[in-house]
Amino acid sequence: MSAAEFDIHYVAQLARLSLSPEEEGTLASQLTSILGYIEKLKEADVTGVEPTAHAFPLVNITRPDVVSQSLSTEAALRNAPQQANGLFLVPKIVE
Amino acid sequence: MLNQLTISELTTKLARGETSARQTLQACLDQIQRVDDRVHAFLSHDAADALAQADAADQELAGGGSGKPLLGVPIAIKDVIAVKNQPLNCASKILGDFISPYDAAVIEKLRAAGAVVFGRLNMDEFAMGSSTENSAFGLTRNPWDLTRIPGGSSGGSAAAVAADECLASLGSDTGGSIRQPAALCGCVGLKPTYGRVSRYGLVAFASSLDQIGPFTKDVRDAAILLGVLSGHDLRDSTSVALPVPDYAAALTGDLKGLKLGLAREYLVDGLDPEVKAAVNAAVKQYEKLGAEIVEVSLPHTEYAVATYYIVATAEASANLARFDGVRYCERVAGGDLIEMYSRTRGAGFGPEVKRRIILGTYVLSGGYHDAYYLRAQKVRTLIRNDFLKAFETVDAILTPTTPTAAFKAGEKSGDPLQMYLSDIFTISCNLAGICGLSLPCGFTGNTQPRLPIGLQLLGKPFGEETLLKLAHAYEQSAGWHKEKPPLASA
Repeated sequence: MSAAEFDIHYVAQLARLSLSPEEEGTLASQLTSILGYIEKLKEADVTGVEPTAHAFPLVNITRPDVVSQSLSTEAALRNAPQQANGLFLVPKIVE
Repeated sequence: MLNQLTISELTTKLARGETSARQTLQACLDQIQRVDDRVHAFLSHDAADALAQADAADQELAGGGSGKPLLGVPIAIKDVIAVKNQPLNCASKILGDFISPYDAAVIEKLRAAGAVVFGRLNMDEFAMGSSTENSAFGLTRNPWDLTRIPGGSSGGSAAAVAADECLASLGSDTGGSIRQPAALCGCVGLKPTYGRVSRYGLVAFASSLDQIGPFTKDVRDAAILLGVLSGHDLRDSTSVALPVPDYAAALTGDLKGLKLGLAREYLVDGLDPEVKAAVNAAVKQYEKLGAEIVEVSLPHTEYAVATYYIVATAEASANLARFDGVRYCERVAGGDLIEMYSRTRGAGFGPEVKRRIILGTYVLSGGYHDAYYLRAQKVRTLIRNDFLKAFETVDAILTPTTPTAAFKAGEKSGDPLQMYLSDIFTISCNLAGICGLSLPCGFTGNTQPRLPIGLQLLGKPFGEETLLKLAHAYEQSAGWHKEKPPLASA
């Protein structure tokens, strides 16, 4: 868990985020300082402590299995950058 | 002037036929016209749509009213909550000309209560920030001093209420984004307990921390609005099926037997002496009002900021994956699908959002998950346990809302870590999933013009009644809420 291992280019690829070389430089140095601060958490004794994902955990939330109102195709496509035949258009993904 | 009224004052006047919903809305629109080129709380507002709602409310009022608690009350909305057929941008370029196809649950509730829902309020992009400087559409200014920030991320929501451009507003709070701007702008801001208010139709930042809440001119209005906004919703599986109490009925002014905790860890270095003095004076006031003051300890407070910036960014990196140019967003073409995603996101997101997506992706990535994310979730348990333990002996905890009054625009924007550390008093509340409220407790004397100071009350899970009772008693005895920024009435 060393900030020195931080590879901005690799992480940006994982995040599907294209960054200019200038942005990579700025972000890498800012994040190194933020990660340095976060190292503080190493001091905390978490032996035997369960993780909290939600402060008020609820389980098995279901609803009655009945048909109800949902968005029309038209409403769902309203903000689509590209659409055709009632579908979202994306670049070709299979050769 | 009608735009300066509280909700309870306006609904009384409307019921007596002393004014109309249209006149009230028009007073707000006039105020926007007069001050918003300086304050810039609003990104946009649809006056024609709002006037139509006001006219419909006046018709209902003419028919004798309907017992709706907000009939004819103009309420403005942060640009992160969906309002059907209105723009939704999260103050980001990436959403382009997005129009909401449906109403958020809280908007449905406001409409059912008769409110006039209008305006899109400025914020930090995707609610990430503490100053509203991260908006892609320009700064919002603090109505008390236009050279200073209004706080954030709900800076527009706080500034609009402080400048009397609406009667109340909605914001969202992930690490203090309601309470911090409320403190810096001198209004009341309430973050309900996680699960109290449905998040359906709120654009997600960090799903385990986000809650919607009201900005108001006094505590009674916060109680009224919380009663409208609260309740179970099947469309948000984290909303809780507990009955909604009559919050206004809790405002009895009687604090006898209530115990207020002072956390010794909150008296940190960097706490401004004037903020400290104002909070100490509030403590004395509470003793006079009959509350008992007890020192408590929240020993894991020092880890809260680090824990938050792991948990919140991890959740954000997953939530913001949906902004990829497929179903919405300003698409930027690429050679293949992945390149299209990357270019769309690279062109559309601002610097702070990119910073947090990168940090969140990193702390979840292979080899680092256990060291960062899992450890932060465990420390989160310790922070929550600190509060639950303190609440065994006290009914609420009293702290400053912020370490300082509003800072100057540009003062911290170059140093993200310093900006993050300004959230030190508000962040634990979201990690612990409890409720919190900020209300005015005085003004600075050192600065010219003077600036509001905020007092924070933190309450037990679903303890909003006690929180509101405590806040109301102090507010009524101190009277700070009656102060207005000179700009609002000049």
